[in-house]
Amino acid sequence: MYRYYFSLALRSLRRNAVLSALMIAAIGVGIGASMTALTVFRAMSGDPIPAKSRQLFTPQIQIRGPNHPDSESEDGLPTAVSYSDAMAWMRARAATRQTATYATWLSVRPPDPKQKPLKTVVRVAYHDFFSMFTVPFKFGAPWTQADDDNRAAVVVLTRGVNDQLFGGVNSVGKTLRLDNETYTVVGVLNDWLPIPRFYDLQMVPFGESDRLLIPFTRAIDREMAVDGSTSCYDESGASFADMLKSNCIWLQFWVELPTPADVAKYRLYLGNYAAEQQRSGRFAWLPRTQLRDVREWLAYRHVVPNEVSLLLLLSFGFLMVCLLNAAGLLLAKLMSRAGDIGVRRALGAPRSAIFAQCLIETATIGLAGGVLGLTLTGLGLLAARSLLDADFVALTHLDWADVGIALGLAVAATLLAGLYPTWRAARVQPAWQLKAS
Amino acid sequence: MQILPILSAMRRNKVGAVLIALQIAVTLAILCNGLFIVQQRLALSHRPSGMVETDLFAIDNEWIGDPTDVSSRIRADLAALRALPGVVDAANTDQYPLTNSGWSEGIDLKADQQTRSAFMSLYMGDEHLIDTLGLRLVAGRNFEPSEILDRGSTDRVQPATIIVTRALADKLFPDGSALGRSIYVEGGKQPTQIVGIVERLQTPWTGTGGWQEKYFEFSVIEPYQFVDTGSWYLVRTKPGQLAAVMQSASKRLLELDRNRLLQKIEPVTDTRVSAYRDDRGLAVILAVVCAALVGVTACGIVGLTSYWVSQRRRQIGIRRALGATRGAILRYFQTENLLIATAGALVGIGLAIAVNLWMVTSFAMPRLSPVWAVLGALLVLVLGQLAVLWPALRAASVPPALATRSA
Repeated sequence: MYRYYFSLALRSLRRNAVLSALMIAAIGVGIGASMTALTVFRAMSGDPIPAKSRQLFTPQIQIRGPNHPDSESEDGLPTAVSYSDAMAWMRARAATRQTATYATWLSVRPPDPKQKPLKTVVRVAYHDFFSMFTVPFKFGAPWTQADDDNRAAVVVLTRGVNDQLFGGVNSVGKTLRLDNETYTVVGVLNDWLPIPRFYDLQMVPFGESDRLLIPFTRAIDREMAVDGSTSCYDESGASFADMLKSNCIWLQFWVELPTPADVAKYRLYLGNYAAEQQRSGRFAWLPRTQLRDVREWLAYRHVVPNEVSLLLLLSFGFLMVCLLNAAGLLLAKLMSRAGDIGVRRALGAPRSAIFAQCLIETATIGLAGGVLGLTLTGLGLLAARSLLDADFVALTHLDWADVGIALGLAVAATLLAGLYPTWRAARVQPAWQLKAS
Repeated sequence: MQILPILSAMRRNKVGAVLIALQIAVTLAILCNGLFIVQQRLALSHRPSGMVETDLFAIDNEWIGDPTDVSSRIRADLAALRALPGVVDAANTDQYPLTNSGWSEGIDLKADQQTRSAFMSLYMGDEHLIDTLGLRLVAGRNFEPSEILDRGSTDRVQPATIIVTRALADKLFPDGSALGRSIYVEGGKQPTQIVGIVERLQTPWTGTGGWQEKYFEFSVIEPYQFVDTGSWYLVRTKPGQLAAVMQSASKRLLELDRNRLLQKIEPVTDTRVSAYRDDRGLAVILAVVCAALVGVTACGIVGLTSYWVSQRRRQIGIRRALGATRGAILRYFQTENLLIATAGALVGIGLAIAVNLWMVTSFAMPRLSPVWAVLGALLVLVLGQLAVLWPALRAASVPPALATRSA
């Protein structure tokens, strides 16, 4: 029976070709616009590390007096930490794992002298970084606690750099010249690109950036400057060593706390730490502290640009217009067939049968609109990629979930729009229609 | 024109009329806000940077392997660049406008101040920087060669003299007495004297909302040669010689010293394009969405009115047979559409303002001027009239003889 209704629906689509085309086009355009915006939004607001986003936390401490809130954050807390706090937290080991991290620039002299030297962003971290963020390795392994302690000249390459410098072979044990010093390769990463790059939002959070990783202790020992912002609240002296002693904030700090009990304990630790800093005379106030997990941190730092939320909003308004449009046209289409419906009712079709038939016709239109919408979404993403900054949208692509969402949204929305027209059609009085014609 | 018969006919087609009115209302709300954002973004991307951007290019010069005598190497590079044929002037600096990456510091009016008087973006350069950028010095003087000292990115020092933008001078000294006054920069205790004021020099940040927009022209130039592992060389060429000089400059620099990486060589006009790429992209996307919206709404009106016309062919025939002119039938459908569109537009104006207010609070957008809402309303009324024209003309062409035939 449903197959028969479906063939009736197709026949009816052909009979009112212009009206049907208008409806399908309207739904397709609406779905295309809203899906384009939704795909970009989903990619940017996604969870970068779903398995652990509720176990990774970043602490904050109010390093500047209550009268001088940080203008960039809504609660006035600074969004980076100072070297002295980070080192105190590293030494305390109050969490299961912890790392301080920052980005720097280094020049790389390729092993092949024919290749041009390059400068690249280097991630500086402790060895816990890799296990905390479940960073996948292709060759080798992370450096060790001993390497951290010894400020070892070791480096982990991303897959892209390994391909570029070593032709993609296992380069573990080979050496690399970084800023005129020799580093030993201990590991090569597999593809790894958390979107957004939650662990250091000082950097552009989308797209590739960190290409090499070296131990934090080594970078500090060699006085490697931070690539990102350093905010100093008081006079910090002239040298790198002075900066390390100062209250300048420039580091990111992450801890892994697997259970709620660990989280509670760490909050307590932070509170005690703040109180102790006040007692020791470093602060005239009791510094507020805060502990946020990955998702809270991303929301707090407003990672998704306003433009993207704005486009999402407007495109769903657009979809609404398209649906109102489709509802009007469906009403016209179904009511223009009141005669046929009257005949069917007179021949004994119950209301439910008419309702089912009209609903299938509506769903067919929705499905066709959804397919058109998907095509338009593909085109829309291509257009967005060429119009907006590459980092923004280079990583957005249609996956099966998006296809499902688009088709489901199209059919559901069209059915919603078609509900009233269908109801009206099912209430056609057979006698009236037969008399009128 | 009699409105009552139209209204009573509309009562029999309530849902259709309400659907069109709603569609017009939502269309208007999106159109007003969308076009308002388009206009704002385009205005934003046309703000002058203070530089003369034509015939100017930038080189990102990065030294390889931490050399020790960067200061003398930079001075040698600058001398070589200035001596190249086609070059008007060249300078070395830590940042330049439109790059969205730079250095910011606080300014105080007194030493030991707790709250900063203003924030500013810090440009470093020698006496050639103003001419290279093409800035207009409106008061005071340029730096003397003897004032220029070396400074690295981690040095915490304060200069004896400084040049500020007019916007910053007015912010610090609203009475206009900035020239010759002393300020305290970078949280230091040493006074710094304002020796010059330039008309305009944007900070490197081009973002909207928040501090980026608020401090937009709060820039200073400090008399330092920026000596670090990497810096920007800016080169102004004679008109029309940009492309040739860009080639000869990179060749000359590599001849002087191969231990470097010219990470980027870019005309400043290109820097502007990439700085405002997202703003323009957003404007284009919104404009396309608005156009599609207008098309969809027009199609909806055409479709539904056509259906009404075909439904009422007999009644139209009867009216024609009773003496109604073609014009009367045409006006009937036009008036009907006007009534529906006006109702939709009134709801739409309210909706547009509500959407804007919501965006004001959640995205720090500026307020929509009512003029935009009224203009948008007029636009959708005209749109409605245009869309209804074709079905209305078809209605007007229904022959009076139709009344005599059975349907």
